[in-house]
Amino acid sequence: MELLMASAIGLMTAAGLYLVLRLRTFPVILGLSLLTYAVNLFLFASGRLAVNMPPVLRKGVETYSDPLPQALVLTAIVISFGMTAVVVMMALGAYLTARNDDVTLPPEDDATREGEA
Amino acid sequence: METVAGFLPIIAALPFLGALLPGLMIKAGRNTCAAFTAAPTILALTLLLICAPAVMRGEVLTFGIAWLPSLGLNVNFMLDGLGLLFAGLILGIGLLIILYARFYLSREDPMGQFYTYLLLFQGAMVGIVLSDNILLLLVFWELTSLSSFLLIGYWKHLPEGRQGARMALTVTGMGGLAMIAGMLILGDIAGSYDLSVILTQKDAIQASPMYLPALILILAGCFTKSAQFPFHFWLPHAMAAPTPVSAYLHSATMVKAGLFLMARMWPVLAGTPEWFWIVASTGLITMVMAAKIALFKDDLKALLAFSTVSHLGLITMLLGLGTKAAAAVAVFHIINHATFKAALFMTAGIVDHEAHTRDIKRLGGLRHLMPITFTIATVAALSMAGIPPLNGFLSKEMMLEQVAHTQWIGPAWFMGAAVTLGALFSVAYSFRYIAHVFLGPKRHDYPAKPHDPGFGMWAAPALLVVLVVLIGLMPMTMVGDLVRVTAGAVTGDAAYVNIYHWHGLVPAFWMSVIAVAGGFVLLKTHAPLAAMWNAAPRPEAKVMFDAVTAAATRGATALTDGLHNGALTRNAAVFSVAVLIAGWLAWQGGGLQPPTREMIPITPVPAIGWLLLVVATGLLVVYHRERFTALVLIGIVGLMVSLGFVYFSAPDLALTQISVEVVTIILLLLALNFLPRETPVESTAGRRTRDAAIAIAGGVAVTWLTYAILVRDFAAESISAYHLANSYKGGGGTNVVNVILVDFRGFDTYGEIIVLGIAALVIFALTEAVLRGPGGRWLANWDQPTLPEAGDRHPLMMVVATRVMMPIALMVGAYIFLRGHNEPGGGFIAGLIVAIAFLMQYMASGFAWAEARQRVTYHATIGVGVLIASVTGIGAWLAGRPFLTSDYGYLHFPPIEEFEWATAIAFDIGVFLTVVGAVMLALNSLSSMARRAGETVNVEPMDIDPTREPEEGK
Repeated sequence: MELLMASAIGLMTAAGLYLVLRLRTFPVILGLSLLTYAVNLFLFASGRLAVNMPPVLRKGVETYSDPLPQALVLTAIVISFGMTAVVVMMALGAYLTARNDDVTLPPEDDATREGEA
Repeated sequence: METVAGFLPIIAALPFLGALLPGLMIKAGRNTCAAFTAAPTILALTLLLICAPAVMRGEVLTFGIAWLPSLGLNVNFMLDGLGLLFAGLILGIGLLIILYARFYLSREDPMGQFYTYLLLFQGAMVGIVLSDNILLLLVFWELTSLSSFLLIGYWKHLPEGRQGARMALTVTGMGGLAMIAGMLILGDIAGSYDLSVILTQKDAIQASPMYLPALILILAGCFTKSAQFPFHFWLPHAMAAPTPVSAYLHSATMVKAGLFLMARMWPVLAGTPEWFWIVASTGLITMVMAAKIALFKDDLKALLAFSTVSHLGLITMLLGLGTKAAAAVAVFHIINHATFKAALFMTAGIVDHEAHTRDIKRLGGLRHLMPITFTIATVAALSMAGIPPLNGFLSKEMMLEQVAHTQWIGPAWFMGAAVTLGALFSVAYSFRYIAHVFLGPKRHDYPAKPHDPGFGMWAAPALLVVLVVLIGLMPMTMVGDLVRVTAGAVTGDAAYVNIYHWHGLVPAFWMSVIAVAGGFVLLKTHAPLAAMWNAAPRPEAKVMFDAVTAAATRGATALTDGLHNGALTRNAAVFSVAVLIAGWLAWQGGGLQPPTREMIPITPVPAIGWLLLVVATGLLVVYHRERFTALVLIGIVGLMVSLGFVYFSAPDLALTQISVEVVTIILLLLALNFLPRETPVESTAGRRTRDAAIAIAGGVAVTWLTYAILVRDFAAESISAYHLANSYKGGGGTNVVNVILVDFRGFDTYGEIIVLGIAALVIFALTEAVLRGPGGRWLANWDQPTLPEAGDRHPLMMVVATRVMMPIALMVGAYIFLRGHNEPGGGFIAGLIVAIAFLMQYMASGFAWAEARQRVTYHATIGVGVLIASVTGIGAWLAGRPFLTSDYGYLHFPPIEEFEWATAIAFDIGVFLTVVGAVMLALNSLSSMARRAGETVNVEPMDIDPTREPEEGK
């Protein structure tokens, strides 16, 4: 099972990296989402895997899965929603304002930068 | 003694506190401003004098406050003889400079600023000399660089001032950086960052293999600050500063900071051949070279600047000799140089102020016009030349005596000869200062008619010159004890000091005679020599410095632009590769223990989930250009992740993930409406291959890392056991994850809901900004793409179903919330569920309809949520506990079961409200774009698209 978990995290990382490196905003957003899944799962996995041991205290039960990474990942999931929403809004704002969903700088912006330097 | 030592931090803090006053007081007039600048200085000086008797008795006062003890950084102050001497010079001369500057600055100059900078600088300098902790010393050291930058560049309108300030900051700042490294090495060797400890570790430090690197780095800091060759060039350029600054920083204080540090570190660093060769040689070269240049400078301040460099070289050389007697002479010369050089700078300022020029070629004959200035300048200059019986003579004679017995390179007499040559130049430029400015015939072409200034301006240099004469006549009475105590502090044991005028016909006497005679000859032949000097080519430091900084700037720009050209793509690629390389390097440095955990066997159901996830991820990469398909695929991935959480015993995470998944997809759907429907193929095959290579490398690395972690146990014991053991006992809940969120790590959660609230507000602000800009105008005129749409925008079935589900959904939310402390659930999840319940109404009946029925604003919901969380946290204070400490108990209502309450539940309500508000505000912002884009507003809960005519027969 460890192998499945590791490979799933790795695959999502690879796909996420590839999409983040694309030139338009939408694939970048998708890539960020995939990376978020991968990172959250990785953090979660750092508590090691356990089946049928939820960290809810029961009488007579001695072993539980690690609650700490779960608590950290729970807030991370919610925060990552906030992050995704902000990124989407920025992409939308940029597209509506500049009529362009390119993540690279248009050439004339480069020229301004040179002029200032 | 205890009480007296308590004054030390106050002495260091007074100038900083005082720096607040001038800016406020300048409104009350220039005299008041100066008086309020002088007050903290006088107070600090008084406190210092109260401490002085104890120090003169040989005690070392210390006062310590722990600041960051784990880093070895403590606010420890120490006052011994060396500190007393320097603090006295800094505060005493500082006071004179404040007086002098009051009359020197013109009405147009912003005096409040000047005095603020001056006090900041003064505080930094006092801090350096009183620090007992080298890290604290470094902080003050950097502060002197910064505040001197402000002072040198005080006349912002002068390009020379700005350039000089930048050059000084660059050179001394780089030296400071080197020194930080050196000090850290030193502290590492000694095992402490406290000077009082380091100074006892001579043998350990000098035996360490890191001694030489530490020495070179620390000396780099000292040499740059004290303008030693080859870093001397910044000082003459810093002369663009107002003269009070030059007199203060560049004669008495800042440039002496390097000397101070060499003296401070003398007990542990000096006495080795390395120290002798580096320090003594640098000092000697600086002394002779700068003295020669000073002779040919026509600008009064440039002449004084190079003479300062030369005298600093002299003191450096004395410290470099490494003998106790030489160190005592160095201390004596520090006192003498501070007195005569500050006086000389002030007279140069007076001449400049009155004659409106500092060019020696345009001056001469001033002795009749400015008799008082002439007298002061002549006494000070004769002292600088080393003419008996002034104080400069005494220390020069003792210096020659020391050098005459020292073997440097070449024959035994060589160092003596070199020093005599330096002294000879020194005599020559000192005489020139008198002869070419004040003597000679009166001229008729001065730019302004010179006359002596008012008392206020010449009082300060006059007082210094009185000291010059008195120390010269009665050295032992005036400063004998001070030199003895200071030299004792430098060398580490009691020193015997005897200063006297007549040494007999020793070599030093003859060297002195040669220097004076030769200097006189040089003065007489100055005109032809200067012509030759000016004709000869020589390196210009400023040109070289500018070339070096320009090259460094170009290099930095090229590197920065190469790594970061403004495009996210480049950034992300560089970052990924860098992380991969760093990870690989880290792997090279370590190794792996054998696996310790048994693997969980693979069962069919999770395997199918894994397969779905893998396929969906793969297809996502392939079909990412088709945006709607991509959205469906990422939904599948998110679902599989949620199921993964279910399987691996994380019910809370599963609930959170699935609810977040729903709102995220809705958000992306709304956004997709405005984005282009497809992504064009832009990147070349080569680029795609490169990106794929980076991605695969990253993926393989992460897979391997995760696997390596999963098959091994924790290296150190985890703190989770504590949470499991205390969740019920301490937090009153059995769902450990929720107890961690609202109790153990409540502060983290508190921060996170605030971040979430801010994110929602940012989205709102962004939307408003976009709608008001060109984006909003474009949206208003947007022609919706003509795609087939459903005829009924708000279908009857959906409206009815969501209305029925609304109370159920809210109840589920309340249930999930209430049980959260003991079963999977809690504020985060309940917030998301309730938000989804609201969203369903929005989707079914349209935003306008739903919004018209909405009573509270989402901004307020977020605010109230954060407020409730804060109040709950603060409530713990009332019970005398730290922020967010929770309490719990049980209530019993007869008909119902026993009911548990915990203050944490109030905190969870805050979390809940913030989550609901944030999610709704984000989606509401997006929907406002749709309304701007001309989507018609419906007033009925269910309707059909009014733009579409019903077709015949349907």
